[in-house]
Amino acid sequence: MSVGPGLARLGVIIGLVILWEIGVRLYGDPLFLSPPSQVVGALWEILGNQPVMRALGTTLYELVVAFALAVAVGLPIGLIIGLQRFARGSFYPIVLMLYAIPQATILPLVILAFGIGPPSKIAFGFTHAVFPIMVTVVAGVQGVKPSLLVCARSMGANRSQIFWNVILPHMIPSFFTGMRLAMTGDLLGVLLAELYVSQAGVGHFTRLFTESFEPAKLFALITCLAAIAVLLNELCRRAERRMSRWHE
Amino acid sequence: MSGERLAYRLVQIGFAAVLLLAWWLVSRNGYVSPILLPSLTSSVHEFVLLLESGSYWPDLRVTLYELVMAFMIASVTGCIVGYIVSRSRFSVRVFDPLFAGLYSIPAILLFPLYVLFFGLGPGSKIAIGATIAFFPIILNTIAGFDYVDRSYITAARSMGASGVQMFWSVMLPAAFPVVLAGLRMGFILAFLSILGSETIASLSGLGHKIVSFAESMDPAKMFAYIFLAIIIAFLLNATVTLIEARVRRGHG
Repeated sequence: MSVGPGLARLGVIIGLVILWEIGVRLYGDPLFLSPPSQVVGALWEILGNQPVMRALGTTLYELVVAFALAVAVGLPIGLIIGLQRFARGSFYPIVLMLYAIPQATILPLVILAFGIGPPSKIAFGFTHAVFPIMVTVVAGVQGVKPSLLVCARSMGANRSQIFWNVILPHMIPSFFTGMRLAMTGDLLGVLLAELYVSQAGVGHFTRLFTESFEPAKLFALITCLAAIAVLLNELCRRAERRMSRWHE
Repeated sequence: MSGERLAYRLVQIGFAAVLLLAWWLVSRNGYVSPILLPSLTSSVHEFVLLLESGSYWPDLRVTLYELVMAFMIASVTGCIVGYIVSRSRFSVRVFDPLFAGLYSIPAILLFPLYVLFFGLGPGSKIAIGATIAFFPIILNTIAGFDYVDRSYITAARSMGASGVQMFWSVMLPAAFPVVLAGLRMGFILAFLSILGSETIASLSGLGHKIVSFAESMDPAKMFAYIFLAIIIAFLLNATVTLIEARVRRGHG
């Protein structure tokens, strides 16, 4: 076996693209499907289109702000619930139950409350992202080995020393796992809200391209969004891997 | 210990009571627009009416139909393709990262395309639900069959097991728990994405009802359907968890 798996994977991808190109050219309806060669052309067109680029920038902004808010709120709440015995017993079940609610049901409410601009997308991304962070931070704090705590205490560490030197370093890996899951949720929340209603965001353009039967542009826009999503996910995954290695 | 437990329950009940009381007071005194937050009593009243009249049934049936179809497509294709991929080390190394990479793209992005292909009806929801459920199912199927302990396989082979015996008595039982976890995850994800895509663009279904009442400024009815959707979600969740636990127990 002289062909490496990476090369074979590349071959599979190229094969699929060629299949797509030939299939669409032979059988596809140009109103609904575009061959990849046209999508590449449309991609250039879209990258030079000011309003579309601005919409993509807005989406990126919404994603980042919602994520930052989720971390800023989820981390302290997760720490309190994880560290405080009473808060954990009483509030953790509430958090888990809220987490289990399908959030798509409240999407119209979020739009009614925050309008059709970026704030509603940020709010919806936030509610999707904050729960994974809280839950993993609680799990991380809980996962600290009791023997370490006993050991630190018996050596005379006070509460804040235990927190900064024992608990915090040990919850970092699961916190980064939470951030990766939160990014997945963040993307889902923001994109759902964008597709539901949008003034000048990407949702507006997906609808425009769908209704004007320009599948090449629609494919190109979706490709751009997918690229943003893969980039953000990959950033989180890199950070997670790095932090867990540092922890080992 | 039980005193502590009681205190936890009291705090939880208190939390719910404060929420409901706040809702009741705020909507009663008009601090928040009634379009955003209808009065608690009228929402509950609409919910009871909805349950009594059974008028939710056509939409619930559409949503459940979409869910069943999406899950069937995803589980059949995911398990079969996953099993085939898992047959050789090489194909696992080729395809596993490919599927994992595709999984990191939010599949909801495909929804506008699916609407273009399959229309506003159940077709586009089935397609999006099947796409989203496919990935956890195939990834877990590959992982489950790939990690079967090699010593089991060697032992079975040295005892002269045939291909069929090998599959039914060795591979499947060993891989089953992991595959099952993937199926459960796929089922839940399919339900959530179907609900979400019904919210974005649809002609019927629970998500559609919620949106249409929001748009016709009938918030009490909207809340009635939100309650219903949440209850359905909890029921589905409990059901699949129960099935998974039972199958696992009967199996092991």
